[in-house]
Amino acid sequence: MSASDRRSFIKAGAALGASAAVGPWFIKDARAADVIKVGQLHSLTGTIALAEAAIVDAEKMAIDEINAAGGVMGRKIESIVEDGASDWPTFAEKAKKLLQRDKVAAVFGCYTSASRKSVLPVFEQNNGLLYYPTYYEGQEQSKNVIYTAQEATQSVIAAIEWLAKNKGKTFFLVGSDYIYPRTCNKIAKPTIARVGGKTLGEEYAPLGHTEFSSIINKIKAAKPDCIYSTVVGGSNVAFFKQLVAAGLSGDKQTLLSTVVSENEIDGIGKENAAGYYACMGYFQSQKNPANEKFVKAIKAKYGQDRVVGDPMECGYTAVYFWKNAVEKAKSFEVAKVVAASSELPLDAPEGNIKLHKSNHHTWKHARIGRARPDGQFDIVHESPLIEPNPFPKL
Amino acid sequence: MRWLSKGELFGYLSLAALLFLVFPLTLDPFRLNLISKYLCFALVGVGIVLAWGYGGILSLGQGIFFGTGGYLMAMFLKLEASGKELPDFMVWSSTETLPWWWEPFHNFFFTILSILVIPALFAFVLSYLVFKKRVGGVYFAIVTLALALTLTVLLVGQQGYTGGANGITDFRSVMGWDITSDESKRVLYFIHVVLLFAVMGIGAYIIKSRLGKILIAIRDREDRVRFSGYDTAMFKAFAFTVGALFAALGGAMYSLQVGLITPTLVGAVASIEMIIYVAVGGRLSIVGAVYGALLVGFAKSMFSENFPTLWLFFFGGLFIFVVVFMPNGLAGVLDRFSARKKGQRESGLNAVPERTKA
Repeated sequence: MSASDRRSFIKAGAALGASAAVGPWFIKDARAADVIKVGQLHSLTGTIALAEAAIVDAEKMAIDEINAAGGVMGRKIESIVEDGASDWPTFAEKAKKLLQRDKVAAVFGCYTSASRKSVLPVFEQNNGLLYYPTYYEGQEQSKNVIYTAQEATQSVIAAIEWLAKNKGKTFFLVGSDYIYPRTCNKIAKPTIARVGGKTLGEEYAPLGHTEFSSIINKIKAAKPDCIYSTVVGGSNVAFFKQLVAAGLSGDKQTLLSTVVSENEIDGIGKENAAGYYACMGYFQSQKNPANEKFVKAIKAKYGQDRVVGDPMECGYTAVYFWKNAVEKAKSFEVAKVVAASSELPLDAPEGNIKLHKSNHHTWKHARIGRARPDGQFDIVHESPLIEPNPFPKL
Repeated sequence: MRWLSKGELFGYLSLAALLFLVFPLTLDPFRLNLISKYLCFALVGVGIVLAWGYGGILSLGQGIFFGTGGYLMAMFLKLEASGKELPDFMVWSSTETLPWWWEPFHNFFFTILSILVIPALFAFVLSYLVFKKRVGGVYFAIVTLALALTLTVLLVGQQGYTGGANGITDFRSVMGWDITSDESKRVLYFIHVVLLFAVMGIGAYIIKSRLGKILIAIRDREDRVRFSGYDTAMFKAFAFTVGALFAALGGAMYSLQVGLITPTLVGAVASIEMIIYVAVGGRLSIVGAVYGALLVGFAKSMFSENFPTLWLFFFGGLFIFVVVFMPNGLAGVLDRFSARKKGQRESGLNAVPERTKA
């Protein structure tokens, strides 16, 4: 290839590449009638990607299963994955793109409350439909969102009641300093008082904090029966390690967290978390045919060493909730799908659950598990279905 | 000297044609709104050209001013969206009464005034004090970077007053005018483009004036200018302050058009990204900075839509390519191209002496 040949080759290549990249900017692609588009909006890059990428996989699996079984009302689901990049303004941009350009029928997405808050006005203004698969603090209800995980009261109250009954009545509350832990503790404190217990202390560490020695010293001085933890993310690695080093390991001290699922334990390190408790709507170790099938499918699709946590399961069930609502409504229209979602039941891996009559949240079981050295949980308590109550009167 | 060189004239005219005609006529509301978003960073970019390209002041903390402008505007928008009630995030964070310093932001004109005054005043006091101590270059960049980080921590920590990590979201109207509809977004777009050209005009005027020449002289040999009797700290503080003002305007437009503001737009990463926009466009060219902001923003959206898991690698590669092969950005390449055509070498005011190249 001579120099000029090469140059024109490069030019042609560049032009081709540019038009391929720029094309979708202007052209709206034609939609086939036998396909229905949905969006998946999670962080695939950035600080929260580790947690969210797993949810994308679980949702994708549900979509593939539904497509293999013939789709929704005879139409195959086409999923458009967008990266929120752990950045809230990016979430808003991508939500707009999914709703305004791709005109998706539903979006499965978001993990942090911050990302949900940033897309909420977008969904309300464009009349989209968001399925939100993560446990969160409540205090929200939108006509354009279905919440498939626990809101705070569904786990906190059950957890405190169980701890008071089985482990002791004095509590120490530790959390990361943002809205979820603060709201959980706002629910926990009156609950502790109601069951005749006592709150010995309440401490917050900044998000991402890794130095817990002063908090741990306060805990040691207070000698609580139970620690209730809402420390999140990377901080947990440091927090759990330092607890163990300070002699407050899981076999000596009761600690319960409402934010540590199997996926988090993967990052924290199994040896640090062993013996501590978690309260979730779902554990991988649940024994029922639907869950065994679900876990087996995840492992077959994504590798044998994959673990499944609550948000993954909630993402998976969200897709089925949408499918069932669409088929009940016989329509993809948001208002009709939402109306059909009222009291919609589902035989999910976590058991039989159902959507609430009016508040868009989900009736869920609260389960308490104790972490084993292998990173799985022994389920020690299972509540009956708990009504979601996103705006508790405390 | 001619007011505008041929290349610059072409740059301004093509930009005007794009922004006033091509984009509004060909793009759907979603894409047009994205352009608005990119143009917010273009406003910041014009300020960076002035402060960095001509004043030689590298600030890694333009997010401070962008964020301040954005948050000030957001306070007004949030209060209006909340009506008589307390803003929702205050309710969640158990703040029971509106803090006194939120009160004046019920007034739109006070808000505009504060956006024009507060960031600029802060920038002036800070930079004048620092420059007076003859601290500059890398050390000043570190000071600004540290401030950006500090402000982020402050915003995240004080969630009862600032919305914390969530930021402030969900705006609806400006003095009763609904800003969420496609139609009003279009109007805002045109207001924004006019504002941008005004800002570009002010920037160009400063650069071409005698003040601009002194700035260039300071950039290239500050001690000589100081020995000639100029108060160089004052000149540099002026350039930095104008840059801060433009950044604040960008932030305010961002809150208005994107509909949210968060601490991520204030911090180190956002601030460095703003520098990158200008590096891509060319730090000696005002038009180049605007093109840089448009191109990088466009590339970011396009890459991430088409390759959701890999886009950051492309993006990083693009920056390395620009920094290594086009040290003066796109505008530099065009300049060189036209200079070669005319058979002359790049010369005059726009040439960067070797020693100031960052």
